[in-house]
Amino acid sequence: MLNIEIDGKSIEVEHGSTIIDAADKVGIAIPRFCYHPKLSVAANCRMCLVQVEKFNKPLPACATPVADGMKIFTRSKEAIKAQQSVMEFLLINHPLDCPICDQGGECDLQDIAVAYGASGSRYTEEKRVVVNKYIGPLVSTDMTRCIQCTRCVRFLQEVGGMQELGMVGRGEHAEITAYVDKSVNSELSGNIIDLCPVGALTSKPFKYSARSWELTRRPSIAPHDSLGSHIEVHVKDNKVMRVLPREKESINECWLSDRDRFSYEGLNSPDRLKVPMIKHNGAWVETDWKTAIEFASGQIKDITNQYGADALGVLVSPNSTMEEGYLAKHLASGLGCGNVDYRLRQTDFRLDGKRVGTPWMGVNIDEIEKLDRILLIGSNIRNEHPLLAQRFRKAVANGAELSIVSPLDNDPLMDIAHKVIVRPNDMVNVLGQILKAMSGLQRLSLCLPPTLTKLLEEIKVRPNTQAMAESLAGHGKDYDLIAPKVGIFLGNMALSDPRFTEMYSMAEAIGGISGAKGGILPAAANSTGMHLMGVMPSSTGMHARAMLEVPRKAYLLVNIEPELDCQHAALAKEAMQKAECVVALTAFKSQALEHADILLPIAPFTETSGTFMSMEGRVQSFYAAVKPLGECRPAWKVLRVLANTLGLDGFEFESSEQVKNTIFGGEKPSHVVWRSLNNNLKELVEIEVKIKSSGLQRIGEVPQNESDPIVRRATSLQKTKYNIRPMARMCEMQIQALGLADGDIVLAKQDKGSAVLKVKLDNHVAMGCVRVAASHELTTGLGDLMGDITLEKSSETDYKPYDTLIMEARA
Amino acid sequence: MIKSIKQTLGSLMLWELLKGMALTGRYFFAPKITVQYPEENTPQSNRFRGLHALRRYPNGEERCIACKLCEAVCPAMAITIESEQREDNTRRTTRYDIDLTKCIFCGMCEESCPVDSIVETRVFDYHGEQRGDLLYTKKMLLAVGDKHEKQIAADREQDKAFR
Repeated sequence: MLNIEIDGKSIEVEHGSTIIDAADKVGIAIPRFCYHPKLSVAANCRMCLVQVEKFNKPLPACATPVADGMKIFTRSKEAIKAQQSVMEFLLINHPLDCPICDQGGECDLQDIAVAYGASGSRYTEEKRVVVNKYIGPLVSTDMTRCIQCTRCVRFLQEVGGMQELGMVGRGEHAEITAYVDKSVNSELSGNIIDLCPVGALTSKPFKYSARSWELTRRPSIAPHDSLGSHIEVHVKDNKVMRVLPREKESINECWLSDRDRFSYEGLNSPDRLKVPMIKHNGAWVETDWKTAIEFASGQIKDITNQYGADALGVLVSPNSTMEEGYLAKHLASGLGCGNVDYRLRQTDFRLDGKRVGTPWMGVNIDEIEKLDRILLIGSNIRNEHPLLAQRFRKAVANGAELSIVSPLDNDPLMDIAHKVIVRPNDMVNVLGQILKAMSGLQRLSLCLPPTLTKLLEEIKVRPNTQAMAESLAGHGKDYDLIAPKVGIFLGNMALSDPRFTEMYSMAEAIGGISGAKGGILPAAANSTGMHLMGVMPSSTGMHARAMLEVPRKAYLLVNIEPELDCQHAALAKEAMQKAECVVALTAFKSQALEHADILLPIAPFTETSGTFMSMEGRVQSFYAAVKPLGECRPAWKVLRVLANTLGLDGFEFESSEQVKNTIFGGEKPSHVVWRSLNNNLKELVEIEVKIKSSGLQRIGEVPQNESDPIVRRATSLQKTKYNIRPMARMCEMQIQALGLADGDIVLAKQDKGSAVLKVKLDNHVAMGCVRVAASHELTTGLGDLMGDITLEKSSETDYKPYDTLIMEARA
Repeated sequence: MIKSIKQTLGSLMLWELLKGMALTGRYFFAPKITVQYPEENTPQSNRFRGLHALRRYPNGEERCIACKLCEAVCPAMAITIESEQREDNTRRTTRYDIDLTKCIFCGMCEESCPVDSIVETRVFDYHGEQRGDLLYTKKMLLAVGDKHEKQIAADREQDKAFR
């Protein structure tokens, strides 16, 4: 520890810290533009100049390490003179258009100019003008305002993983620019808006719609992935105007993914359902709540009386709150129906009843960056958990070795030590190879259960899996670790694979042998919470897939669009068509709900209170940020009233807090969570490692901006390059093997359904696979996300422009 | 003794009455200062703070850039503004309302305006016949501005040295 003195205050600071860190520690404000605690030090704005005793010129506080006995003056005559001079230089080329600028009112330059600048300007010459750049549909640029702090450049390089912006030119000609003809495509790009200390980078969807001082800030929790990012919802006149991150070091640090940041546009979409609707002779009729609820409960009662309670199926979105899930489950069990499920995108339910507890990610989010070895199984991490990928990136930057087993070879924008890109079907075999290689390593030659040992005999270990196993065991490129911290994670593609059970068991065995932590990375905001509460079929009930395979007479849908949110789109569509009554609690009018009979408008996350449980088991409650739109009501209230109307007991809840207390039995949530989270299996499942199928396999990945009903309606996110029309993406060899060419039109067939697609060359896809995006209006004819698929050459005439197709579908 | 004689003489000669008549007579013949409103008006300062107006540039473009400083500074919260991005990518108001029943005519909106868009004119004799008539919308304010632009510009020109 070093003793220093800042403005007469003596403090003790750690060796190696900078003056600005020390000043921040004691709460002495030093103005800064380019310095950011999460980014590398550039020291190019010079705003943080301070006077240091025994130095004959001012020093930049952000880049000067402290020395013992240093005496620093931040408000001395010399320091003030330096700050004023720097300010004068910065303002030479900065336009004085604060009234027009969207940053006005929340601008670092504005604030610091008032606090540290001189009162007048001496500059009378011309100011420079810089041409604006197009860097995508989310970030608006006004480059004349740029002061070249390079925070955006450093963010995209260090946190985003790819340098998509850079500075060209020198002196007065220096400007920030993207690569020629390229936009900023990072899924974290919105953060450069927050980082920009001036109005050079501002939010495009929010542009000119409100001023920062008009907005009321209300805390909430991000509802799109299971990270549970803390957000701040900015509200004006009962309307959500924008969403910004709320700092939470252990979850989202100070960042936010674009999906969480810009999805608010979906909340204000014209698709919002405002009044309850009943289908009457094939036409939608608006009605009031009393009629709608009575009609819905009457229909449900009739069907359960006539066909038995088993004729009802309840599908709950994993993005719904815990309260909604709990009430939906209890409504069903009150009726005597066990058909409840939230696992809409899963096909493999063999693990039901074999788990010890609730599966979770197995480590805390902020522990990821401390891991030494990471194995990612079936996960396109940047697509599934954009912000979590950043933690993995940090781990890799800290020297961790990343191994990937996946059918997709998408660049995670970090160094990969080992990767095996295979068909989903072969992933179990690859994991078997890793397990065998590991058990063969001397230090890890443990006793495996006899069932596994026998199984492994049949497996032949290949060199790359051998290398992967050695890496996980601690052997490294540079140096070996005796007890490496290993993390093994299963992503969305593994979760929705028909052989998930086997992959999970293998991953658990590898974890057991290497002492790894880890688990699954569930896709939706409340997947873990839904499992914890048991929003799953009872012992006699049907799971999500069975409910669609064997159509029910009535469905209760909570917050889902069946064709887009279910694993098997065609099956979901057919089941809804066949059902006598479909009651949908939904925030949106939707093409995907055309087969519903009653639409009950529910409030999305900003308009209701509730609780989400993140992948690391953190239980986070939030309040409504705005009042429900129109006649919308929080879903927990709708479910409560529906249950009351059905004459069920135990639904006398006055508030969502009461529901939450009931869920946790009056205990502290963390106690319940601590007891419940467990990734272990009670018994081993049968594993078949030798399955080899030659047919083409679909990889039905859900694009990040199609994951749930709100995101699908966020117009600006829909314009990003992640949202392109679904195509049949294959590697070059696979296209040749099928006798096709890039750009050909094919008819993709799965089960009974089909879709007309264009062939697209994508060498990131494993041989034997075709990647066809799911959760899209154009692929709702297809089946399993990870199932067999056939491609037939089709003619150009079948391939219609997207607009025409949508028009036809809606007509 | 002398005092009572003086008093008796005074009252006999109606002295106080004559004194009062003299005062009346003086004002009767003096020049009149009553302004015959509405035929006549009192003189106004060029800084008079009357009815608000939104101004335009000579080319017809509205000056307001929807910076909302007037809305923020208004102590009576009489101003309501909504903005959007216009087709030419500039920031413009979609709504600019002044509730004149709330307004206290302090002139801070005018002072805060960076583009001299919202101004207070010399007009003071406007009225409303029913509730809501005094809620001036953007259209009405622009119309006031268009009508009085010459006077507004002249007043601002006169005051230039002090601004």
